[in-house]
Amino acid sequence: MSDLTQTAPRSGLSLGLLNVARGALPVVVVVGLLLGIWLAAVGPMNFRLALDQASRGGADVVPATPQEQGQTGLIRLMLDNPSVLPAAYVFERPRLPRPQDVLIEMRDNTVGLARGCEWTGWGAEAENWTGFSDGCLRVVNNRRSLIFHAWKTLAPTLVGFAIGTGLGILLAVGIVHNRTMDLSVMPWAIASQTIPILAIAPMVIVVLNAVGVQGLLPKSLISSYLSFFPVVVGMVKGLRSPGAMELDLMRTYSGSGAQVFWKLRLPASLPYLFTSLKIGIAAALVGTIVAELPTGARFGLGARLLTGSYYGQTVQIWAALFTAAISAALLVWIIGAIERRVLTGMGLAR
Amino acid sequence: MTTDSIGATDQSAPREPVIQATDLDLTFQTNDGPVHALKGVSLDIQKGEFVSFIGPSGCGKTTFLRVMAALEEPTGGTITVNGMTPDEARRKRAYGYVFQAAGLYPWRTIEKNIKLPLEIMGFDRAEQEKRVNNVLQLVDLEGFGKKYPWQLSGGMQQRASIARALAFDADILLMDEPFGALDEIVRDHLNEQLLKLWARTNKTIGFVTHSIPEAVYLSTKIVVMSPRPGRITDIIESDLPAERPLDIRDTPEFLAIAHRVRDGLRAGHAYDD
Repeated sequence: MSDLTQTAPRSGLSLGLLNVARGALPVVVVVGLLLGIWLAAVGPMNFRLALDQASRGGADVVPATPQEQGQTGLIRLMLDNPSVLPAAYVFERPRLPRPQDVLIEMRDNTVGLARGCEWTGWGAEAENWTGFSDGCLRVVNNRRSLIFHAWKTLAPTLVGFAIGTGLGILLAVGIVHNRTMDLSVMPWAIASQTIPILAIAPMVIVVLNAVGVQGLLPKSLISSYLSFFPVVVGMVKGLRSPGAMELDLMRTYSGSGAQVFWKLRLPASLPYLFTSLKIGIAAALVGTIVAELPTGARFGLGARLLTGSYYGQTVQIWAALFTAAISAALLVWIIGAIERRVLTGMGLAR
Repeated sequence: MTTDSIGATDQSAPREPVIQATDLDLTFQTNDGPVHALKGVSLDIQKGEFVSFIGPSGCGKTTFLRVMAALEEPTGGTITVNGMTPDEARRKRAYGYVFQAAGLYPWRTIEKNIKLPLEIMGFDRAEQEKRVNNVLQLVDLEGFGKKYPWQLSGGMQQRASIARALAFDADILLMDEPFGALDEIVRDHLNEQLLKLWARTNKTIGFVTHSIPEAVYLSTKIVVMSPRPGRITDIIESDLPAERPLDIRDTPEFLAIAHRVRDGLRAGHAYDD
């Protein structure tokens, strides 16, 4: 018996670790697989560049002239010049960078920017209100910082998301309660999403610029344009989710329209709303990035993508892409956390 | 249509009818043409009666109940509830309605579910608390007020929905196959409890069911209906004693009434095949 009681907690702990490992395993496998495919693609993608460089450097390559190389298939070239392959993996401006190059770029443009970073405290020697020396703050306020650019994109995203969500909920309430709106608004909402955002964004930005609206708001409008739609669709479905019986029940109490809305339709719609918000916030981020592209924005992840492509800085493009992806994941995760808290509080999550 | 009774019935002082339906018609217009849900339905329900409506699906028993509750509008005939139209009676909170499924709102605790009609009807907080405790006791669910519906069994959920219908103290309780989805044993138990509750509260109850034993066990009056068009084929006054233990179902009196209900159902069954 004493044996059992002693081993029980330990086996519980190892069981917990095992569960974590089990949960992580699929993630690790998928990430590993993707990295494998990525790494495998780096050599072939950069091979022609590497071959060109090698032949300019006087190495013996087959075929010898650039013209002939251009007419030869990639696989043939790789088979004939196996010695060039390692060079394809170490490149200043590769077509496809290695994953670690992207990670290094991201590190260099975030924590790597800190110079002479130390804790100063909030006393007399404090350089600013944070209590960290100015050198630390380069991580977030340096013009190269990905965190700086991410915030320049996130701020309009959040404003646009708020506008889009508010608009979406209002439209959904109108659509559910008013037959005319049901028939007239929904087709337009759907039509609005069939227009490529890339076509609309420059027009909106230019027109708003002409009337003196600049800065955060134009970007927010584009982002709300993308984020209101999932909210409308989800909320219409959610507000209509109460069944005939639940509505009849309200009728037997002679409940007013407002009471039916606040006590039945709205609470019933919340699970749908949160699902929509998760889609909406990711769409809002995409909207902001797209809004940054046609305007020659100087700051923001879209601006990093744009300058990266101007100057052939693929590493910079990838780093901006990953920062955008991480930001989106973070936003969706935050909404998910709020969703869990709210629905658990309402007794809807078990 | 016959309106006599088996054995001796209590024919004491005449009571006022709570619900009085005369020649009710209700026709639904569907894509396959008109459906006569109710045709020429007349019925008086006295105060304090327990009336069961039994019949095959499509006989209009649920529709009739819904007409009483002003959830459907009859296309012909008249119906009064407490001398008013059903719609007026509803606004005066004349009835509690219990549906086939418990229909508790999942985001509200049992307590808050019972408070729902009270909030809508504008009872103050102290009164709400008092009534919730009261009805929870009536349906034997004390201590479950803080639970969410999914934490309760199906039978308990249905009891909670009965408590919700009782909370605002309506005189008439309309129940549409409330125990249809529950198993036999739970059903017996709830039937027993419902009878006790009825004895204690002296409410008028309209009860739709598919089950002959359930109808006979519960009712003072059994209304047998048949479909196409939905109509009443027999009204049976039950003379079973008010005190009804479950084993009353094995007595000859009980079986005699059950037999007559069954005959009524058979006669009304218009089998097309």
